[in-house]
Amino acid sequence: MARSTFVYVSYIRTTPEKLWSALTDPEFMKQYWFGVHAESEWTAGSSWKNVSPQGQILDAGEIVEADPPRRLVIRWQNQFKPELKVEGDSLCAMDIAISGSAVKLTITHTIERDPSKLIEAVSGGWPKVISNLKSLLESGSIAMEEPYPN
Amino acid sequence: MTDRNDTDVLFKALADPSRRKLLDLLYAHDGRTLTELCEHLDMTRQGVTQHLDLLEAANLVATVRSGREKLHFLNPVPLQVIYERWIAKFEKPRLKALDNLKRRLEKNNG
Repeated sequence: MARSTFVYVSYIRTTPEKLWSALTDPEFMKQYWFGVHAESEWTAGSSWKNVSPQGQILDAGEIVEADPPRRLVIRWQNQFKPELKVEGDSLCAMDIAISGSAVKLTITHTIERDPSKLIEAVSGGWPKVISNLKSLLESGSIAMEEPYPN
Repeated sequence: MTDRNDTDVLFKALADPSRRKLLDLLYAHDGRTLTELCEHLDMTRQGVTQHLDLLEAANLVATVRSGREKLHFLNPVPLQVIYERWIAKFEKPRLKALDNLKRRLEKNNG
């Protein structure tokens, strides 16, 4: 099967509504995504982009599915690295489900090619972002200020 | 589930060579079925299932249903939490000390 996928799961002590808001609010996002934020109307068909602290567009695409506070699917293409951009569109699905006293966040990122440099690149970044997000929602502070400690 | 339980389950899941091997197998090639994983371990299918269940309980493995198959994916998010809690904060002062030493030595050379 010519497909590359990663599936990341985190259990976060919060509510689905708060988690949805954390995933879509640009100012909140900057706190756990090392200054990066996304811009979108967050409705199916609307455009979407990830923007660096310097204003560079990192990734762009559109919202494929938006069902707050349960499911968000983004068509995602890298914009700033030619070797990743050439791989074309990937799909990033974020699923939110209540699991006991916590909320289960599942991030499934897929591209229809194997191997994929894009999947390799994003798979290294997501755990740090998710870990920071969990820490921020549960304790009010992030775990890491920078993606790589100085 | 409390934080302490999460951590205990996580470290227990890692404290077994077969389970670590399963994580390595998934790292090399993600999204495998139980049958594919069994080929690499000298163990009964039931034994591998039990190890995978423990890894899933510790959230180190995520499973996705694809038709009649269940695919297993390595989930490194809890490892990142271990890294931040047990490694990053201890290595930071040492890296800082090394960096200071390097600066001082290089300054003396100049």
